[in-house]
Amino acid sequence: MLHLLLFLLFGLACVAGAVNLLVQRHPINSALSLVVVMGSLAGEYLLLGAEFVAAIQVIVYAGAIMVLFVFVIMLLNAGEEERTSGSRVALLLGVPGMLIGAVLVAWLLVERSATPAVAVGALPGDPQTIGWLLFHNYLLPFEVTSILVLIAILGAVALASQPGMEASAKKEG
Amino acid sequence: MVPLSYYLVLSGILFACGVTGFLIKRNIITIFMSIELMLNGVNLSFVAFAAEWQALSGQVFVFFVMVVAAAEAAVGLAIIIAIFRTRETLNVDYVNLLKL
Amino acid sequence: MLSITQFIVVSIVKIVVALGVLLTAVAYTVWLERKVVGHMQNRWGPTRVGPFGLLQPLADGVKFIFKEDLTPPHVHKPLYIAAPMISLIFALTAIALIPVGGWISVAGLSTPLAITPDVNIGLLIVLGIASLGVYGVALAGWSSNSKYSLLGGLRASAQMVSYEIALGLSLVGVLILAGSFNLREIVEAQSGTFWGFIPRWNIFAWPPQIVGFLVYLTAAYAETNRLPFDLPEAETELVAGYHTEYSAMKFAMFFMAEYANMITVACLASLLFLGGWSGPVAGPAIVRALLPVFWFGLRVFVFLFIYIWVRGTLPRFRYDQLMAFGWKFLLPVAIANLIITALIVALRS
Repeated sequence: MLHLLLFLLFGLACVAGAVNLLVQRHPINSALSLVVVMGSLAGEYLLLGAEFVAAIQVIVYAGAIMVLFVFVIMLLNAGEEERTSGSRVALLLGVPGMLIGAVLVAWLLVERSATPAVAVGALPGDPQTIGWLLFHNYLLPFEVTSILVLIAILGAVALASQPGMEASAKKEG
Repeated sequence: MVPLSYYLVLSGILFACGVTGFLIKRNIITIFMSIELMLNGVNLSFVAFAAEWQALSGQVFVFFVMVVAAAEAAVGLAIIIAIFRTRETLNVDYVNLLKL
Repeated sequence: MLSITQFIVVSIVKIVVALGVLLTAVAYTVWLERKVVGHMQNRWGPTRVGPFGLLQPLADGVKFIFKEDLTPPHVHKPLYIAAPMISLIFALTAIALIPVGGWISVAGLSTPLAITPDVNIGLLIVLGIASLGVYGVALAGWSSNSKYSLLGGLRASAQMVSYEIALGLSLVGVLILAGSFNLREIVEAQSGTFWGFIPRWNIFAWPPQIVGFLVYLTAAYAETNRLPFDLPEAETELVAGYHTEYSAMKFAMFFMAEYANMITVACLASLLFLGGWSGPVAGPAIVRALLPVFWFGLRVFVFLFIYIWVRGTLPRFRYDQLMAFGWKFLLPVAIANLIITALIVALRS
């Protein structure tokens, strides 16, 4: 009973944040609603027994990636969205289309609701077990993703640096 | 007790909101955030199935999704800054010429 | 085991006591700082209000309440009002995860001396709350709609995010030694002594975490925006950085958040590196339960004194020096500490 109540609470916060992201016209409001979505998702992960994943969601996603988004919005001084003809067409076609698709999928899922209930804490999502899996069974993907992050760092630095900076740095010497 | 289909419906709703945002928004940063919303919906699916099938691989895969999302966010935002420097606009409707 | 109503009542009592102690500690840390920095600079510090100026924080509080709460017309109102609240909420929430002693039994109810009993990932949640605290600073700088605030907000949040990494990595050495993220278990792994007289604290353990402690200290100064890393809020540099446009109660909230962050960081350092609440205990049962809290408070006080001592002594870093130091020196040192600790522990077992 409490499990259902907490699921509904976090679920409502998720959906409210997601809908607010779509409705708001200023990107900073959308970014903050996305932070709310990520926080409520961390709550959902806790309900599924994935405590380490929930903590990492808060630290990495809500605490680092979204801060990056907020930085870029502040740096580029993004303003409110304007209504163009393209956006009106997309609104008219996109929203009903997505609604139909989502209702269809949801109806299919609930119809086949012979799925068993998920008990809280049945699966030990503690750091030790996940660490063991990560460094024994999934060692290769782990190393490959570390190389991916290195490439992303190099790419971001190369893309964001001004083309004239090298020349002016050489001049100042 | 919460049946698995509830978690999947929530994941589907988040994914649908992400796709809708990707289609209807014109500000490139908001489009990017809709992509992140889609990735979060998928993460919830992974963790829900990990709990149902008692397999921790679902939770480990969420790590890899997060790492890839972080790398993608970093590079994507750098691209946005580079585009903004030349076009002076964040509206995707106006970034429609190949010539700088 | 406590029943549900007993648990709720005990938790409310603990929250009230903890918040009261924390807010008083914040107020008197300000007093301590003004006195200590004053004496270092060969002057008295506050002496007029009460004996030794001990009522000065009270006078400051009254001043903040009565000052005019001015909202400039050009700000983005919802975020302007929300940003100091966000800062303060996350600064005060971290205290919920910090255990200050063992167990205490009063009138037949036994409860651990922490607001949240035994969280398996306590350390990770504290780090998560610290990383969420960046939003208060970033949003304050942006919503104030003025160039000093925006620059100060951007610089402060970039600095906090960069030093968070070194902070987290410096703690992994401790985690390897203790084998758990649970703060209580980390403290219990440091009980006992080596050879009878050296306490088994993590800075004396084998491998000694002294490098980790120094990296943690430095990263903590940057994380809480204190000298020598307080460029984003220095008066001579950016007027007042991200809290330029704030007055009265909202400014007081930022102020309280900064000192509450200092106290949280000091508590974490005491738990992870300095042995937590270990110390000689004696006497009847209730004194036995409360004496570790005194030892813990002593360590926190020493750490805060070092914080204030460094503030009075060192000059300020320039922003590019600050970022270069964090990424090019502190991060490699933290990683090297982690590698060496992991090697020694792996070769030992």
